[in-house]
Amino acid sequence: MSSSISTGGHATELVTSILGASEALAAFEKLLLVREFEDKVYDSFVAGLVHGTTHLCQGQEAVAVGTVMALRDDDYLTYTYRGHGPCVARGMDLEGAFAEIFGRSTGVSGGLGGSMHLTDMQLGLLGSFAIVGAGLPVAVGAGISARERGAGQVSVTYFGDGATNIGAFHESMNLAAVWKLPVIFVCENNLYGEYSPILSTTPMQDLVVRASAYAMPGTVADGNDVIAVFKAMREAVDRARAGDGPTFIEYKTYRQCGHSRSDAGKYRPAGELDAWMEQDPIVRFRSRLTQEGLLDEATTLEIEQRVRETVRAAAARAADGAWPELLSLESATYSHPITA
Amino acid sequence: MTSITYREAVVRAQREALRQDDRVILMGEDIGAAGGPFKTTEGLFEEFGPSRVRDTPISETAFVGAALGMALTGYRPVIELMFADFMGVCFDQIVNSIAKHRFMCGGTVAVPVTIRAMGGGGVRFGAQHSQTGESWVYQFPGLKVYCPASPADAYALLRQAIDDPDPVIVLEHKALMSVKGEIEPDAGSWPGLGPQVLRTGSDVTLVASMAMVRRTMAAAEILAGQGVEAEVIDLRVLRPLLVQPIIDSVIKTGALAVIEENHAAGGWGAEVISRTFDAAFDYIDKPPLRVTLPDWPMPYSPPLEDAALPSVERIVAAVQSRR
Repeated sequence: MSSSISTGGHATELVTSILGASEALAAFEKLLLVREFEDKVYDSFVAGLVHGTTHLCQGQEAVAVGTVMALRDDDYLTYTYRGHGPCVARGMDLEGAFAEIFGRSTGVSGGLGGSMHLTDMQLGLLGSFAIVGAGLPVAVGAGISARERGAGQVSVTYFGDGATNIGAFHESMNLAAVWKLPVIFVCENNLYGEYSPILSTTPMQDLVVRASAYAMPGTVADGNDVIAVFKAMREAVDRARAGDGPTFIEYKTYRQCGHSRSDAGKYRPAGELDAWMEQDPIVRFRSRLTQEGLLDEATTLEIEQRVRETVRAAAARAADGAWPELLSLESATYSHPITA
Repeated sequence: MTSITYREAVVRAQREALRQDDRVILMGEDIGAAGGPFKTTEGLFEEFGPSRVRDTPISETAFVGAALGMALTGYRPVIELMFADFMGVCFDQIVNSIAKHRFMCGGTVAVPVTIRAMGGGGVRFGAQHSQTGESWVYQFPGLKVYCPASPADAYALLRQAIDDPDPVIVLEHKALMSVKGEIEPDAGSWPGLGPQVLRTGSDVTLVASMAMVRRTMAAAEILAGQGVEAEVIDLRVLRPLLVQPIIDSVIKTGALAVIEENHAAGGWGAEVISRTFDAAFDYIDKPPLRVTLPDWPMPYSPPLEDAALPSVERIVAAVQSRR
């Protein structure tokens, strides 16, 4: 394991000092929901229901769940092709999400977007960008809106370690900093930019140092500890809402699967995956909740069964969704088509 | 009717949009107190202040991408790109994000972004500051592309772009900035969004855009003296390309020439010819004619730049060569 910070289960504070008991259980259930969703996407691919490719986030669920927990309903989010996590954590309709990934008319975007483009404006889920780094400037724009409106909204953008090497990252960090925008830059450092280990593409593995180049507060947190994720995010959100500008958060985490459907991740050194599997965010949070007496075996089983059934039913309904009709897509292309 | 310059028309369109709609926000490099490098935002910072007329860092990717985020969350950003050539810097944001976002959302969102990009040659700015950008952006579904050739259109097309729920790229021409003309403030008097016949004639149809329109009009006058009556059409809107007025004209004249300030490869002229011939082949007597830039970047040296740009003389000679 190459992470430079401790990701062991050595939490010093009680979960209940951060979250209420019911919130903690809700967070646990959300973690399971994201995992189950991604597992179901994988199984559905094998079953021939998913097309093209997918980029799954097993192992990184705590980042999605812990960050979304710190947000208000009217906040904005942009995310990436590996973006199912924030969507599910934010409460996207699961049938609509699956149907979109299955290419059906009942998908959240009528099947026009696909796995890499789940969106729901009602939930502030502004866009899932399939070009590395492309979502960051868009979140900065939502941050300008938030600032102009003056209602204390914040804008969050999720991206991977690989994105910190593309120009859009640096331009967005600079613009958000110079205008003191309420933007939170959530970097999921999963140690690989697509297929390449971070140190082969980046001259440091602690990316938080890049925040200081933009005079921006930066923080590192254990991305596999949902409570640590939430705390770092809450601090950044509070700062943004107070008008004190953006924050860069580096979450140390790990992608348990390959980059995409076609990648088995065989380039990883022996033992690395096993070591990180021991840091699985769900296993860790379950054990912590159990130790604190917030969760017992029966409740765990009940939650697991509920999540599994919810996901199974949503995917099944989605699989029954009609294919889109082969009609003109002009009205999807333009709000106001110009005709002769 | 009021007679003002092309540049003043651009300023006026933005001023009125800012006055009428609080959601309109301008962003660009040096557009604030400096009034823009081409003075296309002159006086707007003073009237509307720094949050609505925003000076950006030199970060086209950031502020063009930000326009999408603003548009999705209730604002109507108007971006100034100092040179159309700089679209190269933020091409991903324009063609992959802004153009496609509505579509990828299943048509559930509007993307009211206006991007003004000042381009074109004839001002001795060399290879990286003289491109019109027309060929770069006209191929993308999801974008609208307007190409004003006159103060009237610099005003009316920009007003319509800012009001539009879809992303519009307005390509303005640097060499036209001081051209004077009448503008029509009343929207009810604006022509529709499509090619416009500026001069009628029976012998050949000449289609041009932006700075080539004035040259083509001048060529038509010379041709008239030589016994050739040319019909001149200002393309005005590059996307969507509404070719029916061109088809109608060619059915009448039987001959088509396109005059564009782009390289021939991938230029809009090829598309205009293809679609016109498709629809009106039986009426056309001659092979199509293209007057374009040569196939090399824009040279700096004045005689070389002048030779590269389609001139009145070249247009006249080209039309006469097919008589």
